[in-house]
Amino acid sequence: MILEAKSIFKKYKGIHKELTVLDDINFSVNKGEIVSIVGPSGSGKTTVLGLCAGLDTPTSGSISLAGSMISSLTENEKAEVRNRKVGFIFQNFQLLPTLTALENVMIPLELQGRAKGAKEKAEQLLERVGLGGRSHHYPSQLSGGEQQRVSLARAFSNDPEILFADEPTGNLDEETGSIVEGLLFELNKEKQTTLIIVTHDLELANKTDRIIKLKGGKIVSDQRIKATAQI
Amino acid sequence: MNWSLIVKTAIRDSRKDRSKLILFMSSIILGVAALVAINSFNDNLVRDIENQSKSLLGADMTVGGNKPLNEDLVASLDSLSTERTSELELFSMSYLPSKDESQFVRLKGLTGNFPYYGKLITEPLEAANTYKSELAALVDDGMMLQYGLEVGDSIKLGEVMFPITGRLMNAFGSVDAGASFAPSVYIGGQNIEATNLIQPGSLVNYKEYVKVFKDIDLDDWEDVRRKKFRNEAQRITTVEDQRQNLQEAFSNLNNFLNIVALISLLLACIGVASSVLIYVKTKVQSIAILRCLGMKSEEAFMVYFLQIISLGTLSVIFGVALGSIIQVILPLVLKGFLPYEVNMSISPSAMIKGFVMGELITSLFAIGPLLGIRRVTPLRALRISDDTQQRDPLQWLIYGLIFITITGFLYTLTENVLDAITFSAGILFAFLILYGVAKSVTWAVRKFFPSSASFVVRQGLSNLYRPNNQTLTLIVSIGLGTGILTLLFILQGLILNNVEDMGVGNQPNMIVFGIEADQKEEIEDLTKSFEMPIIQHVPVVTMELAAWKGKSKKDWLSDTTRTSSRWAINREARVSYQEEMPVDDVLLEGTYTGVHDGGDSIFISLSERYSNGLDVEVGDELVWNVQGAMITTYVGSIREINFRKMESRFFILFPIGVLEDAPQFLILVTKSPEKQTTADFRNAVVKSMPNASVIDLGSILATLNDIITKVSYVIKFMAGFSILIGLIVLISSLFLSKFQRIRESVLLRTLGAVEKKIYRINAVEYASLGILSALTGISLAVSGSYLLAKFVFELDFNLSWWPIFGIFIFIVALTVIIGLWNSRDVVKRSPLEILRNV
Ligand SMILES: Nc1ncnc2c1ncn2[C@@H]1O[C@H](COP(=O)(O)OP(=O)(O)O)[C@@H](O)[C@H]1O
Ligand SMILES: [Mg+2]
Repeated sequence: MILEAKSIFKKYKGIHKELTVLDDINFSVNKGEIVSIVGPSGSGKTTVLGLCAGLDTPTSGSISLAGSMISSLTENEKAEVRNRKVGFIFQNFQLLPTLTALENVMIPLELQGRAKGAKEKAEQLLERVGLGGRSHHYPSQLSGGEQQRVSLARAFSNDPEILFADEPTGNLDEETGSIVEGLLFELNKEKQTTLIIVTHDLELANKTDRIIKLKGGKIVSDQRIKATAQI
Repeated sequence: MNWSLIVKTAIRDSRKDRSKLILFMSSIILGVAALVAINSFNDNLVRDIENQSKSLLGADMTVGGNKPLNEDLVASLDSLSTERTSELELFSMSYLPSKDESQFVRLKGLTGNFPYYGKLITEPLEAANTYKSELAALVDDGMMLQYGLEVGDSIKLGEVMFPITGRLMNAFGSVDAGASFAPSVYIGGQNIEATNLIQPGSLVNYKEYVKVFKDIDLDDWEDVRRKKFRNEAQRITTVEDQRQNLQEAFSNLNNFLNIVALISLLLACIGVASSVLIYVKTKVQSIAILRCLGMKSEEAFMVYFLQIISLGTLSVIFGVALGSIIQVILPLVLKGFLPYEVNMSISPSAMIKGFVMGELITSLFAIGPLLGIRRVTPLRALRISDDTQQRDPLQWLIYGLIFITITGFLYTLTENVLDAITFSAGILFAFLILYGVAKSVTWAVRKFFPSSASFVVRQGLSNLYRPNNQTLTLIVSIGLGTGILTLLFILQGLILNNVEDMGVGNQPNMIVFGIEADQKEEIEDLTKSFEMPIIQHVPVVTMELAAWKGKSKKDWLSDTTRTSSRWAINREARVSYQEEMPVDDVLLEGTYTGVHDGGDSIFISLSERYSNGLDVEVGDELVWNVQGAMITTYVGSIREINFRKMESRFFILFPIGVLEDAPQFLILVTKSPEKQTTADFRNAVVKSMPNASVIDLGSILATLNDIITKVSYVIKFMAGFSILIGLIVLISSLFLSKFQRIRESVLLRTLGAVEKKIYRINAVEYASLGILSALTGISLAVSGSYLLAKFVFELDFNLSWWPIFGIFIFIVALTVIIGLWNSRDVVKRSPLEILRNV
């Protein structure tokens, strides 16, 4: 098991009363599984993803990620786990605007202290997502689809054990979206990464092994579509 | 920590958007340049004026008395001086063969290179250089005019006939009016003996003019030696003493320059802070992304800290260079306009100060907000959240350090811990007020939001409290900026008024001594016939102190435990009497008695210095010997004498109704418009009143006036220069605010708002900010300058409101114009381009 969430609650203090965004979430994900999280906007998908990836701390409950109890680690320890074992793809790309495509892809490797060979690897990955010629361009010089392909390359650059994608195609048109989607699945298959995708897109969800449905901060269904990978 | 990555990321991150970086840097550069330029001007001008004030004395110190110096003293002087000039001074009759006239003169025989500061100005000029080595005399210009003498005529002094080689145009020595009874004649010291004027029993003053080694503290030396010299009956005068006379002008100048230096630091802070704070804000998102990718928060902190520090250092170096260049170039550019030539040199101390302070404030202002974003949750990458930032306790530490830095800087200026703390507390207070105003504005606008107002007004006003608003930063920087400009403006006006009052234009320049009481009308008529004003016309009675506090003078002098000083005891008292206390004096204790009511007790008024010298207080008994008659008096009041005017100042004042019948003469103080009038008047007085003597203060006043002119020029210049630089710094920090509003404006534009609307929305926001902060800044400046005028400069406070209203309008207009200029960028470029770049 690579990810296990046990009775997760997330509450925000509102101006008048407390807002419960996540209400007793329980699930676990096996290594190599491809899971999609779906649900209406505001149902808590991004929050779940953020908590599982160690970007935030739950109000209560525990999360273990790739062998660490991520919910009880310090910020720096969480950063370490993210850097070594986790990859991210964001709906709004989140490339560093001041760095070139190549440098964006190199960052996770360099953070691991693997400066040697980082450039070659990053170049390969950019080549792989079809942006070999654009490596010295800044994000603002790239289209949305291109930016998302750079962030795909970045997500895979540190050979993560698990990849979190928050609506990776949500900001893209259908055609570009499906190119990014295709690349995501291809790369994932090559690298044998566990993948968790948050999406609106039911078509995309149907291509995954398992769909977790959220509504109002609760899991309303959790169904496997394809044969599960090895435990 | 992964240092190589940190450095790499910091460098890479700085490559893009160089133009934006330059804008950020320019604000720091200007701030530091302000600091350096203002302080090096300060250094240069202060040095210049210090030299100038030394020229009053011509040396660092004089030691003198009516006996030649003994060897012990000479040895002591040698230990601290690089050079000395000996002077023998005596009063003697001189004979003018070409006119067959005699004149009582003050004869000075000099050996050495005196004067060490300033120049002895003669006509012709070279006479000043040659008179000491040949048989020659320099004669006071006034006396030459009076007798119609020319260079080349002769003057007989004692047994020797001297050719007159030059006219003496200026004078050194005491500014004290009473000192120069007779016109001066200078000759070489080696020629004195031949005149045979030095006889046993003749009254000769021996004086040494001393130029002291740079690093010697004369005050310390003086304290130690004074006791010794007192018994030797030697008098020491240092530049410091001499300056007492100009004290008011100098202390005001000094205080003003300190305030200007403080302001330069504030300007640097505004420049640096406005740039760094906004810069950090633009980097929050990048930090969140880096954290998502697994960078530790310390590392992310380091990336941007390093970046800001290196860019900061670069900017600081540029700033130091720019400041020094401005300071050297500006006087050259302005050459024709300056009232005198200042030798501008690069001031290393100002450069070092500027560099150190620039670095310190850049790092402190960078650490503050960076500490805040250390806690930015990586979640910011997923969703742009306005997470209410928790304050890091370390941030308070940083604010404390900023306070300490400012206090430390102030301490280097004032050398007084309490003053430094008071001033920085004042700044802190001003800051808190502005902070409070900003906070209440955001609160009030939200609370009383005019929901029925037009779209433009609502948008503009809501900009004041929306997330990512710039209300606080702009109110603080515009408010401080306006405050500084207004404060400088008000203070320089107050001080200039005061200093110019002391200038020659308003000073009497002639004193007539020894007028008999029955010549009162005659001299007044004579003065009026020359169309000269009667500035002071008072009686003088000379008397001697016979006994005080129940003990006779003889007893006191032999009393080893006495606390009164010898000078106060032995002083020949020149006393006047008048009904009203002199208007410029300040009553410290007791009450001034103007008229003696005929009762038993006569109440007199003493100056503070004299009463301290004698160690007497209000109520103590003093007995005077008035040419044989004993008069018993009591100290009725103690006054602080104001030395601003060149009038006769009386340490001791009697009420009227006591001294009217005592032997007395009158002193008349007047002001002559030009030298020829002075000479003519002098001739007329001498002819009709042979007993009276006329003292021309013109030459001493010329030196004094030079100083006053410089002081007021320096004040005007520094105020103007600082105001200008302050404006530039303020403008550059306002330009930075454009990065705050771009996103909103672009979105509105994308949503279809027309150009005009965007301009108007921004105009509403900037106008509200401008009005509020200018009002607050001006109120702070008015109260600040009131306090400064009262407690630091000791000046009367008065204000003219129109210029201040002008400042207000100007600042508001400036804010709005820059705000609109900033939004121009949004309007002119395509939204897409900007959205991608933000
Ligand atoms: N910082 C916050 N404060 C208060 N409520 C929040 C905060 N962040 C998210 N929420 C709320 O949590 C709920 C879930 O948000 P999110 O996880 O982003 O939903 P989804 O990604 O499914 O659209 C939403 O109702 C949102 O308003
Ligand atoms: Mg979401």
